[in-house]
Amino acid sequence: MARIFSLLLVLIITWLLLSGHFEPLLISLGVVSSLLVLVIAWRMRIIDAEGHPTHLILPALRYWSWLALEIGKANLAVARQIVNPKLDINPTVLRVPTSQRTGVGRATHANSINLTPGTVSLEVTNQDIEVHALNEETARKLQDGEMDRRVTRMEGSK
Amino acid sequence: MSTLVDFASGALLLVGSIFILIGGVGLLRMPDFYTRIHAAGITDTLGATAILLGLALQAGWDLMSVKLVIILLFVLLTSPTASHSLAKAALDVDLLPLKRTKPE
Repeated sequence: MARIFSLLLVLIITWLLLSGHFEPLLISLGVVSSLLVLVIAWRMRIIDAEGHPTHLILPALRYWSWLALEIGKANLAVARQIVNPKLDINPTVLRVPTSQRTGVGRATHANSINLTPGTVSLEVTNQDIEVHALNEETARKLQDGEMDRRVTRMEGSK
Repeated sequence: MSTLVDFASGALLLVGSIFILIGGVGLLRMPDFYTRIHAAGITDTLGATAILLGLALQAGWDLMSVKLVIILLFVLLTSPTASHSLAKAALDVDLLPLKRTKPE
């Protein structure tokens, strides 16, 4: 029930921010369309811990700030390799074990690997993720498992 | 104050442009399909983030900046999904990744 109200709130705020109209008539039209979307989402049965994960907001903010730093560092590393005249790369394929228990956690882990330049997830299974890495250093960093631990802590399995 | 904001936004736009250029160069220099995805990743993350944040600074405290930040969030959610499905599609038709390239 709380999830339904929070989704309605998010929808109305999104409508206000995107439209920029604050006249009573248009606001009431916006509320009506938000309610319509809410009913559709409810009938699709997607207002659950996976479709609208309100409990993850604070952990996700903490995880994202760590991820943003990692993405920045990885960007600089890959950019340096690209402008290096010798193109010093050594592509490898490896499997990274995952400890997430929920679909949201696994999707976050795989997407984080993809967002970080130098690593792309090729295949996601229940136990691990197959990763293509640009060089051995980034591959080793993934196998250390810090990203895995942080995603698992974010989804709250531990 | 406004010159400071202008300076910051100009710096962000410049950094974004440089990284998008590097991503483009990498797209041409990389030897095979999978390594090219890595180069494109630079344009998606640091390039797009810097450009959109620079534009948001130009727009100031406005609904326009909110929209730019929302665009940024969408790009950060969709681009990794797109690169994963590209890589998986390539793997599914047995395009084998290059194992090792020796620098000349």
